[in-house]
Amino acid sequence: MTIAFKPNESFRPPFDYSNSDAGILRFPFPFVSDAYMYSVNLEPHVRGGPTEAFCAVFDVDEHYIAECRERELVLRQDPNRCMVLPHMLSAQWDAVELIMESLATDYPDLFSLERDGDRWTWTNRPLQIRDSFVFGEADTLPCPPFEYITRQAQGDFTLQDQRDGDLFMDGGMVTTQADWSLAFDLGMSFHEWHGPVPLAHEAGVFDRALQYLLRLSHGKPVRRLNWTLTVNPRLDTSPENYPNWGPDKTTVTAENVGEKLHVRVELQTLFRLPRSNAILFGIRAYLASFSELVRVPKWGRRLHRVLRDLPPELIAYKGLSRYYSTAVDYLAPFDDGVATTMGIAPESALREAWT
Amino acid sequence: MTAHTPLNPMPLTLRVRAIETLSPSLKRLTLVSADGAALPPPPPGSHLTLALPLDGAQTRSYSIVSPANDRAAYGLIVRRAERSRGGSAYIHQRLAVGDRLKSAVPTSQFHLHSLARKHVLIGGGVGLTPLLSFLHDLRVQGRPVELHQICRADEADAFRQILEPFAGHAIHLHTGRTRLDLQAILGGQPLGAHLYICGPEPLTAAVRAAAADVGWPAGAVHHESFGASGGAPFTVRLARSGRDIAVGEDETLLEALEAAGANPPALCRGGACGECITVVLDGAPDHRDHFLSSDDRASGRLVMPCVSRAKTALLTLDL
Repeated sequence: MTIAFKPNESFRPPFDYSNSDAGILRFPFPFVSDAYMYSVNLEPHVRGGPTEAFCAVFDVDEHYIAECRERELVLRQDPNRCMVLPHMLSAQWDAVELIMESLATDYPDLFSLERDGDRWTWTNRPLQIRDSFVFGEADTLPCPPFEYITRQAQGDFTLQDQRDGDLFMDGGMVTTQADWSLAFDLGMSFHEWHGPVPLAHEAGVFDRALQYLLRLSHGKPVRRLNWTLTVNPRLDTSPENYPNWGPDKTTVTAENVGEKLHVRVELQTLFRLPRSNAILFGIRAYLASFSELVRVPKWGRRLHRVLRDLPPELIAYKGLSRYYSTAVDYLAPFDDGVATTMGIAPESALREAWT
Repeated sequence: MTAHTPLNPMPLTLRVRAIETLSPSLKRLTLVSADGAALPPPPPGSHLTLALPLDGAQTRSYSIVSPANDRAAYGLIVRRAERSRGGSAYIHQRLAVGDRLKSAVPTSQFHLHSLARKHVLIGGGVGLTPLLSFLHDLRVQGRPVELHQICRADEADAFRQILEPFAGHAIHLHTGRTRLDLQAILGGQPLGAHLYICGPEPLTAAVRAAAADVGWPAGAVHHESFGASGGAPFTVRLARSGRDIAVGEDETLLEALEAAGANPPALCRGGACGECITVVLDGAPDHRDHFLSSDDRASGRLVMPCVSRAKTALLTLDL
């Protein structure tokens, strides 16, 4: 597989970000039907799915190099975006093993892992990294093991310790988040860190999800999609940096909404880790602008219907109120009323870019 | 709703590299991957589910005693059960070096507590096996541990040999439970210690009672329990076609339906999402899901085939 990386993309002003035609078609569009509501939408994380984004354990795409550089910038400003509690050391090594093995298996042209007992050599060609280290000995790596490998992966990760019949967020690398803070959530239990989500608690979603995750098996990872809207192609929409991105919401107009407003999808993956019995939670964010997504006729129709009919609580929780009607008005012309088929797959070629 | 093929429950092919007789009733097996690739790391406390060529292909689970960092081979210690259902007798009498066996990825329902100040392990007989993988892990992590193993007098030499690699740690071998002063052992542990028990049910009950007596918090006492994925075989009847499908003891109702070509919608396959909910027309479901309300359960009219089974020999579904 050859990926044409775009190493000079920028997720902060001056923005420079777009998806190639292939990049649009591989987007993990989050809506399986024309209406959206919370559910325990978990399914086995097997290689394969409705678009190419589901075809690897950890998906690597054309934005890989630029996203790793963005992570480096965030960490330089705020090293506390990566924190792991001391009892999670074996979980750190579990994560190193899982991510290295998966990348090397799914992308042999880009990554390789040579093992001689505990002596491992890791090669990352896109980032031009080659390191030899002793598995299990943290001081043989240039930085702590979890930080080392997640600096070389797209998307955020948390480490969840399982004890006392609950899950605890006891570690993470969180630089591309949708308005939540690892520094705030570190050490919290499952219900505590989900506290702010509206409607879902009452529906019992988190009780069921926790019971399910406590039984998550080694070797049987699961995934789900989550979504929100983001103004401008920003990855770091963190509470810590709210002054930087909050005012963006006031800049959406009828003229610029197609380019400015992005659907942000999180392909969330959950892996039981073998040594530690912790869970590795991957939160891989994908961004595509409205103008890119409406080039898939089915997605244009569906995005309009989902946003138009979104419950008011969700509009508020996801922070869409300020530009909500502008967004729905933009999408309306792409909805010709034709029925859509269930599922995510685009089912047609792209139409020409809207000009 | 993504249609997907059922996951292969037995993805590994293992080759028997060595069989070692530890005592007349205990054998140690060393299993390597048939194609030489690194094996998935075996979690501490995990068991390996093997497909054995018994009366038809049947699956049996045995605790893994080798360390999680050993990706080259899985070690098992198998006791010849006095009332063998066939599995341990097959391993003791017929399994040979070079044989190939299909297996699941090792999984664990018996875990070390990450914040324990000390780990106290109590094993009875072959119940020592998951505790051996704990010992490997605790040794690698340099965490405080104390082990008490109880065995019959005629097996003391075998267990002494099994525990030999851990010499230098607080390892105690007791012949017979009456020789064990549980009150003293459990009463003298520091705050923050966690207790792990694996052995015959009477031993587990005695240790748990003693721990409660001396004031251990219930959350600090752990014992091995096997998952609820299997159970007694039963028959499911599809009302719309009148077909009968046998559900084996080691497969789920959903897997049996899928194997027979009836494909109800399914998503999480773990009893959480509600996708595979199915109407029961006759028979009593054995609910094991986290989705149905207590009223739904009491009505007996709905079942989640991905995890739940039947209390009756026949379960009739509206499929």
